[in-house]
Parts: sequence; C-alpha cells; structure tokens
Amino acid sequence: MYFPIVAGVFRRKVGEVKAVDDVSFDIFEGETLGLVGESGCGKSTVGRSILRLYDITAGEISIDGAAIGQISGSTLRRMRPAMQMVFQDPQASLNPRMTVASIISEPLEEHTSLSPEDKLDRVGSLMDSVGLNRDFMNRYPHEFSGGQRQRIGIARALALNPRFIVCDEPIAALDVSIQAQVINLLEDLQAELGLTYLFISHDLSMVRHLASRVAVMYLGKIVELAPRDTLYESPRHPYTQALLSAVPEPDPEREAHRERIILKGDVPSPANPPKGCTFCTRCPKVMDVCRTVPPAPSLLGDGHEVACHLYPSGSGLGNETGTNTEA
Amino acid sequence: MTSGPETILEVNALKTVFHTRGGEIHAVNSVDFSLKRGELLGVVGESGSGKSVTMMSLIGLLPSPPAEIREGRVIFGGRNILGLSERELRTLRGRDIGFVFQDPMTSLNPVFTVGYQLMEPLREHMGLSRRQAAARAADLLDLVGIPDARQRLSDYPHQFSGGMRQRVMIAIALACDPKILIADEPTTALDVTIQAQILELIRKIRNQLGMAIIWITHDLGVIAGIADRVVVMYGGQIVEQATVAKLFAEPRHPYTQALLQTIPSLRGARNHRLNSIPGQPPILAFAPSACPFMPRCTHAFDRCANENPARWDLDESHDVACFLASNNGASSHV
Repeated sequence: MYFPIVAGVFRRKVGEVKAVDDVSFDIFEGETLGLVGESGCGKSTVGRSILRLYDITAGEISIDGAAIGQISGSTLRRMRPAMQMVFQDPQASLNPRMTVASIISEPLEEHTSLSPEDKLDRVGSLMDSVGLNRDFMNRYPHEFSGGQRQRIGIARALALNPRFIVCDEPIAALDVSIQAQVINLLEDLQAELGLTYLFISHDLSMVRHLASRVAVMYLGKIVELAPRDTLYESPRHPYTQALLSAVPEPDPEREAHRERIILKGDVPSPANPPKGCTFCTRCPKVMDVCRTVPPAPSLLGDGHEVACHLYPSGSGLGNETGTNTEA
Repeated sequence: MTSGPETILEVNALKTVFHTRGGEIHAVNSVDFSLKRGELLGVVGESGSGKSVTMMSLIGLLPSPPAEIREGRVIFGGRNILGLSERELRTLRGRDIGFVFQDPMTSLNPVFTVGYQLMEPLREHMGLSRRQAAARAADLLDLVGIPDARQRLSDYPHQFSGGMRQRVMIAIALACDPKILIADEPTTALDVTIQAQILELIRKIRNQLGMAIIWITHDLGVIAGIADRVVVMYGGQIVEQATVAKLFAEPRHPYTQALLQTIPSLRGARNHRLNSIPGQPPILAFAPSACPFMPRCTHAFDRCANENPARWDLDESHDVACFLASNNGASSHV
C-alpha cells in the first residue's frame, strides 16, 4: 500500500510513502492473529487495506478463497458483510447524532431486507450479546461510557454475521479496568460465533493474552511472525527483542534487575526509509550487509518467520509481493 | 509517617470541587500525602480518579471558576502555598516546582524556538544574561540526551520527534534546578521503545540532580520500574499507599488487588480469562458518604455503603482505606 506524496498548487505527485511494503501473511479460520508495532509502522494500514478500505497498490488479498484485491463497486460491496472492523476510538467512530439502535441497524439497512420489526429484534439481540441493556436502544452515544461505546462498535461490527473482524486498537482508548471487560467480550464472541480476528495493538502483553500467532511490524514490513509462545519466549529479530525488553512489567523485583535493550534514535520517516533493512539505523546488531540488501524472510521452522540477515534464508521462503490473507 | 530524609512537600486534606452546569463534581476528596527529598513518588489511577487534578491544585494551575480548592493545606518551604498570589505562584512554578505534561506538542509553543522557550525561565527566574542562558540551555538539552544540542536551540518544536519533544519538555522543567518535578503521564503518548528511552533518562538525571519526583501514570509497569513509593487513587481519594515492593507484593485494597490482576503478563502462565473489574468508575457528583469502590468491590459489606473508610496504617510505610484492613486491628492513619 503506497500513499502518494503530493506538493505544490497542482498537487503534483513528488514521491510516495510506502506505508505497507511487501507484506504477506495468512490468517486461519477461527484464530486471532496479533499485529504489533509502534505508531507509524503501518499496522492500521494493513488492517484497512485487507478490508479494502484503501485501494491497494499491488498484491492480492483473498478471503475464503475469493480474491478481493482488485475488485470494486458492487462486487466488493457484496463481500463487505463477511468482513468488518472495530475501530480504536469509539468516540470518533460513532455518529453522535444517531441513536444506538440506528447505529447498530445501519449495516442491516444497507445489506439486508429485514422488516423494521425484525431489525429491532436483531438490534436487541446484538445488544444482549455485547452486554448492553436493550432498553437503552434509543439513547445517544454520549450517554454511554467509553467501554460501553466500544461495545456499541462491536455490536455494529457483528450485525451482519461477519466471519472476519479487524480489531484496530479496540482497547487503546479505555481504562485498564475496562480493557479486560472488552477483551473478555471479544473472546466470548469468538468462541460463540467462530470469528476470526486480526487484532492490531501496541500492547504486547494484551496481544500475548489474546492471539494465537503474532506478527511484528516495523516501518511498513513484517519483521517477524511466529506462534505466540515462540515469539514471546524466543524472539529472534533484534527489533522484536528490543520491543519486548522495553515493555515495563508490573513487577518491581524484575524491573530492578532487568536487562533492557534501549534502542537509539527514532523510527525513520516512511517517506524516505533506509536502504537495505529498514531497521538498520537503530539495530544494535547491524552488519554491513544490512545497509544495502533488504533481508528476505526465512523460515526457522514451526511457522516462525523472520526477516533478518542474522538468520540467512536457508529454505528461501520466497518473496511474494502484496498482502495475502485468508480468513 | 516515617522519619528519614526530610519531607519537602506535605499535602493535608486537599479537597477540590468543580462547579458545572450539572452541579458540583467532587474531583479530589481529602487527599493527604507527603514527598521526601530525592524520592520518586508514583501516583496511579484511572482517568477521573483525581490524580492530575490533585497535582494541578497544588500549584494553582486549575482555572477558577470552574475549579475551587475548598479545603486543605499544601506545605512547601515552610509555608502554605495554596494561598499564594498569582505572582508568587509564577515564581514557585518557574523555580521550585517543574512540570512535564502528557502531550509535548500542546505544551510547547509552536511559534517560538526551543532555545527561546528554554531560556525564558532561565532569564526570568535565575536572572541569567542572554549568553549565560544560551550556554545553560545547550547544557540542558545535552543533559536530556538531544544530540547537537547547541545547533538545535534554534529549531522549532515541529522539527523534533515526539520523544525528542518530551525530552525538551523535561529540559524546560529542569531549567531552574527545581526541588520537585511533577510529571503527568509523560510517556503515555510515546511508543514503548521511546518510553524506555525516557524512563532510562529519568533514572539517570534523578541520580545526578537528586530532586524529588511525582510521577503520575495509569501504567503499573512504569511505576514498578521507577517509583520508590506509590499512592493509588480511586474516585478522587487515595485508597492505598505503600513502598513499591510492598504494593506489588502485598496489595491490600480490593481495588489495587483487582487492578494488578487485570493486567495480562508478558511471561509465565497465561490466564485462560482475564480478571475484569465489573462496572464503571464512579461519577463524583456527591460528597462521598460511602466507599467509592463499593459498587464494584467483591468484598463489600454493609458498612462500606454507609461510611467512607479513612486510611488505616498497616505498618509505618503502608496504609489502606478499607474497612477490611481496619477490622484486622490496624491503627488509624490521621
């Protein structure tokens, strides 16, 4: 997914931001894939591209075997009910002038031909399933707390019985004591409805709790992808190692004696990424080759992929282009 | 309270009320705490728990109206600073108490260079000449780990990244060698790897400058890594106070216990299900006549609904506002 950089009065294209560059992964039915990374690494762009909220620059996306990367118009529209999204900021993603009932039933208006009574029924049962009192159907979003608003967003995403939901930082705007409530709800719904999630977050401990596999992104690329326990117990990419060591843990004893990898500097601009490996400017283990050749992902076994010159590609996992998603 | 290093700040029975169209909001209720020289006090709580309002009240940063500091004393440097004039407060804030806010972009002025904003307090409060101030400003940027400090003085805030801007804010707060630094969620807007850099910086300058720090955060992980002592706030009150080791090893307030259990761990066994705290934080529309945590507390009993528990000392460094603790023969705190 490349975004054009435009300048001048005539909005001439002067360059492009490779927000997501050459990313490939699969999501299996019923699982949760965690996608972690820092702000600006492209994780939200991946989520939005998969749902075709953006037109992708190159590559292919397939859901349930159907390629949706290049389709548009009514063909794409027919695919929409299967894939939904829960947004980060429940304040910004709910229209303040619509009642909860009209927010949740809007997808039903657009994609189904239910009668008004059936719609209200459906809204009521959706509100039950996300733990909202259905008597509050005619209230407005501002009358709800942050956690409840996020439940409204989840109910709306569930309205069309989707199979795949992209959760883009769904708990980042919530208080700690409310986060657990929303996470438990997402897990219950997954068990009940057999949902598949792409869970985008910067909270590594929450991702460990929720995801079965985890992908780590840095500056538009996936640098490491592994089953959860493998990633947290033996991270291989220097960035993943630094990221995990930077997460403060609620344990004073451990914090006092912990060895931290403190990365130097900031994330470079995605409009002008470094040549070679994008992490080479901050990597504590950087070698000469890293500054010139972008590392190809290599398979370390058991679904553990890492894109780093420290782990030369033996099997040669290939270098497919584009996003390939199966849900 | 313990003896040991001298107490440099003492807050007694602080009560702050906001006047709104819907009536009064009791944001801070009878808050007591003290700060010792060189200590890092962590203040933990969720949004609306009153942690920021408490600190803003101390140094007169709340606009009045709507805010009203209804009761309390804040003793700093041998006098009650709650009654000071705006002029005296300006001097106090410039020279004695430094402040770092959550969002560095909104607290830096975008139309002045970083050097100007750093030199302003130096010239105003320390009476330095332009040249002396420029030299000290460069030293300060260097202290907080900004490369090419001297050149960067003439840059504007937008030319710095988020982490670098927060370093600039810390440099400004440290400009006049304050005795106390109050940091309100200084790393919340930053990425984890940048947060790790800032925490490392704070550990370093703390040892170097020996000032006392009040660190406000909702992140228990951050607290575990840097604080000496912690107060936990809920519903505008302090519900528990202990040394950092004690608080994490033996939390006694049901809220602290529940909060520690809701955080998933980065290592070790995974809980099948997260422990969540049911319900919502309170809306502080009434002066509290019950324990603010009562509606969400799994241990609540009759007395909790009729009386707001006072803080009880469990030992000289640990107190808790809960009737369960007072039942076990602890003595009254205040």
